[in-house]
Amino acid sequence: MTMEATRYDDGTISYPGHPRSRNGAEPVGTIDLSEHTAEVVTWTTSTATPPGIREPNHLAIVEFDVGEVVEDGETSVRALVQLTDGDIETGDEVEPVYTEKLREPGAGIREPDSQDWDGYRFEPV
Amino acid sequence: MTESDRVAVIGASMTQFGQREEWIQELLAEAGLDCLEDAGVDADEIEHLYVSNMTSGEFEGMTGVMNALAHDIGALPAYTQRVDQTSSSGGAGIYAAWQSIQSGASEMTLLVGGEKMTHRTTGEATDIIASITHPVEYTAGVTLPSFAGLTARHYLERFDAPRESLAKVASKNHRNGVDNPHAQFQKEVDVETILDSPIVADPLRLYDFCPITDGSAAMLFCPESVAQEYTDEYAIVAGVDGATDTHVVHEREDPTVMGGVVESGQGAYEMSGYGPEDVDVAELHDMFTILEFLQMEGLGFAEQGEAWELVEEGYTERDGELPVNTSGGLKSKGHPLGASGVAQGVEIYEQLVGEAGDRQVEADVGLCCNVGGFGNCVITTIMEAAR
Repeated sequence: MTMEATRYDDGTISYPGHPRSRNGAEPVGTIDLSEHTAEVVTWTTSTATPPGIREPNHLAIVEFDVGEVVEDGETSVRALVQLTDGDIETGDEVEPVYTEKLREPGAGIREPDSQDWDGYRFEPV
Repeated sequence: MTESDRVAVIGASMTQFGQREEWIQELLAEAGLDCLEDAGVDADEIEHLYVSNMTSGEFEGMTGVMNALAHDIGALPAYTQRVDQTSSSGGAGIYAAWQSIQSGASEMTLLVGGEKMTHRTTGEATDIIASITHPVEYTAGVTLPSFAGLTARHYLERFDAPRESLAKVASKNHRNGVDNPHAQFQKEVDVETILDSPIVADPLRLYDFCPITDGSAAMLFCPESVAQEYTDEYAIVAGVDGATDTHVVHEREDPTVMGGVVESGQGAYEMSGYGPEDVDVAELHDMFTILEFLQMEGLGFAEQGEAWELVEEGYTERDGELPVNTSGGLKSKGHPLGASGVAQGVEIYEQLVGEAGDRQVEADVGLCCNVGGFGNCVITTIMEAAR
């Protein structure tokens, strides 16, 4: 299992990847974010969760510094992730923990075979 | 449509918003017929009919609603089209209706927006709405309210804004809704009650969010030269524009800037020749209280990070410098997805022609900003009173 961000020909990086960058550039490589820690930009605890999701659901936007693995262009990339719990503050450093099922496939409206349901939760380092 | 013609709005209506027994087909017909009656126009004069609707298939198992409406109100053989742009379907309908008149393709265009939602549980409704998200967002269980929680925390921390300022948005809009007989909630809610209400997406609480709503709203468009055959009291669509931001919300450079609001606002200002300082009244998409701040800033009514100060000063109250959401907003009036953008237009129309009753403010120029997703698609419309 990986958590792949995509690098593009114009130096931008995105997670998730897209067929083209926001400027229309082609992909040139990937970065596995599961090998990196990240910083919490903002977070929330959602108490009104949809079908197939734990309640409460702890969520954050986190930012990865990937400057060590890119030679030029952008050196950071953000992701929206689940947190293991709500004991968190903005600015905390967090690391990924593999989770087999982030959401119950088929419990909601999305077709179960149309996407992945495993991934990473993040917890303070 | 002559060369000097402008696009006019000659009628408007909205049904009672709230928990309704009627289904989508009946709600659309109710608003459509009321709008035609308001304008004194017969259904057989309609050349184009647009229906703004996001999810009748998902919520009710009913598709082809534009065809059903044309038949039900006697508008055959008008050209029909359903307009889906998620929560900004209503604004997109205004844009489509404006295009149909401006292009000369139609001389009488009826726009009806509607949604039937309350028969679903909150969880089901939230999931249907969250189906707009990217798979990585959907797997994480993100909902539109949780996007609001993430953004609100970032805004409050970054700009050192007090939590109470968001509650004051909700309290103001509830106060305005008291005077809107079609609003879902017609009761005042004080700041203390809002701050004591249950947490939904920390730091936001129950009263920071709009309700789930059934309802429909309608507007009738034609060239100004045709409008003058029917009435002296009409409004002009002075400017309208739409723009799109990233599908994946966390990919935006600045979480407190909605690019679609900025871009569509600039386009509407440019087309109309007006600027933020010319706007007398505004309807903003307060699906969540934090969105009122982001739109005030994106539309140039406030500098970035300072909208909360204007709310604290009473600038956006009904008797303030810029009344915002005199209708009660989505917060109090309700948010039947596809109807909301049209209902914003109905409020601005009523303000401009002097039909807003107890909510009336002095206004020659009004703006409405209709937001789809969490700023994913946005339509900004500027209307002016006929003169």
